[in-house]
Parts: sequence; C-alpha cells; structure tokens
Amino acid sequence: MSAMLFTVNVVISYKPSIRDPEGETIYRQLILKNNYSMVKNVRAGKFLRLLVEAESPEKAVEQVKQACLDLRIYNPVVHEIEVFLHDR
Amino acid sequence: MTGNVAVLKFPGTNCDEETLRALRRHGLNARIVWHRDFVWREYDAIVIPGGFSYGDHLRAGVIAARTRAVEQVVEAALNEVPVLGICNGFQVLVEAGLLPGALIQNEHGRFTCKWVRTRVRNPKGPWLLLVSDKMVLDMPVAHAEGRYIIDEQEYVKLVGENPPLILYEDGWNPNGSMYSIAGVASGNGAILGLMPHPERAVEPELTPRGFNPGGKLIFESIYFALRNGW
Repeated sequence: MSAMLFTVNVVISYKPSIRDPEGETIYRQLILKNNYSMVKNVRAGKFLRLLVEAESPEKAVEQVKQACLDLRIYNPVVHEIEVFLHDR
Repeated sequence: MTGNVAVLKFPGTNCDEETLRALRRHGLNARIVWHRDFVWREYDAIVIPGGFSYGDHLRAGVIAARTRAVEQVVEAALNEVPVLGICNGFQVLVEAGLLPGALIQNEHGRFTCKWVRTRVRNPKGPWLLLVSDKMVLDMPVAHAEGRYIIDEQEYVKLVGENPPLILYEDGWNPNGSMYSIAGVASGNGAILGLMPHPERAVEPELTPRGFNPGGKLIFESIYFALRNGW
C-alpha cells in the first residue's frame, strides 16, 4: 500500500480542573462585555496542524498521537489533547 | 577561582550575563556555554539561566528540553553533577523530567515582575548548603508561566523523597502555584529549580528596602560545596 499525505489537527488545552486565565479573560472582557450572554464558557488552547505521510488515515492519527506523547507536545500533568483528521 | 560552572545558553536565553556575574562574584570559575558546544564532563556544576529559550514556543522550556544539550544535562544529573535551573531553566528541568510537576501560565494571566519572600524548607545539597531550615530568602520573580502544578499522587511521591522546597511565604505567592511552591529539588538537593531569580538578589545595593538579598547564600553554597568536593 502506498503512502499518502494526511492533515492531522491537534488541540491542546488545560484539563477542566486547571484554571485558564486566557479563556477567562476572553470570556469576561470580550464576550460578556459585548452582550454575547448566550456564551456560557470559553477555554483557550493551542492548535497545531500536521501534514503526515502515512499508509492510512488511522495510522496518521496514531503517529501524531505518539509524537505528542514522545515529544511532550502536551504535558499530561496539566493538559488534555484532541488529535483528529482534518476534514476537507 | 574554584569549580567550573557552565551557564547554558539557548537561543532566547537572556539572563546568562547576570548569572555569570553572580557566579564569578562568588569565586566560581563560570562561563557561558552555547548549547551546541556543551559537554557535561567539562563542568563541576551546571546552571540553566532564565530567559525565553526558543521563544517560549509551544510551552516555556519544552523545546530546549528536547535538545542534545539537555540530554547532556540529564546525564550529568545522573552522575550527581549539581544542576540549577532558574526561571526558564526551571521550566526546562521540569519539561525534561528531571523535576516533577508543570509550570503553566500565571493564574492571573499576566507577566509578573516583583520581589517576593520565600522560605526554605529542609535545605540540603550543594545549592542550599549554607541555608538553614526555615530561612527566609527574598528574590525577585519575573515570569508569565510560573504557576507550579503537581497532581496529588506526584506530590505525595515528591514529599516522600524529602527534598528541599522553596515556598512562597503567605501572601507572596505571585502566580497561584500549588502548595506555594517557588522551587523544588531532587531528593538529595543536587538538582534545584526555582522561579525566583537568585542572580538578581546578590547585591545589598540593588535590593529594595525591607528585603534581603536572598540569592547570595545560594551562590555561596555552591562555591563551598564545590570547593569541598561535592
């Protein structure tokens, strides 16, 4: 099976138990002050988009998950990550 | 001059000159070493100074923690070479797994720059040799990512190893650190990381009224430790 290129998204955010001052500021100072009271919460995070060569989309996601763990792209003490295929 | 001390410099490190000066002022044969040129066996102690290594990209300290130089630091640490991480250096040591926990964005979301009062608990090892238990050390902090986080399991394990801890005094915690942790060390104290800047607290002339120059004893300690063959 020949390798193909896949785009994989990684979202890194603090665990719910960790206070997120950036999200809190965006929520209080930008959203609530401008009357978007239907918004109930904001959490900020970091976003990476990786272009990966792999045999299958599942393998691409798997490889990115492994890289995130090995390279400590997130810190399991404080962060959670979502790794998913970029749907275009 | 006694003791060869490396002050490790990465792209973005900016406290190397002050750290060098503080070490030399206390009789140590220190020099600034570019990370690519660093070989651990050439030094008796290593300091990773403050700054913004690799622009703090992704997370403070994480990119430096995956360099060959920090692999060398890990090897040195395994061989009982004293290692001190100040501010960004502390973040590097944590990200490299040499010290437990994590250092994340301050709870109030801002960069904080001010003198704080800390208290040393259970001092030992080369960096705190001359510090007595419960001694108060004043030093300035200057960071955006200094909130120390550790989960309960890891904290229990850490305390079980009975390491030296540097704690913010009540009312002085500038960033929301858990357990008021300003600095943490390995069980024998050979590896120490701290958010406050000892190199900015060595001259009485530059210490604000009401504070003591708390960094002085740390540099005096490493001088005596190396002279007496740590």
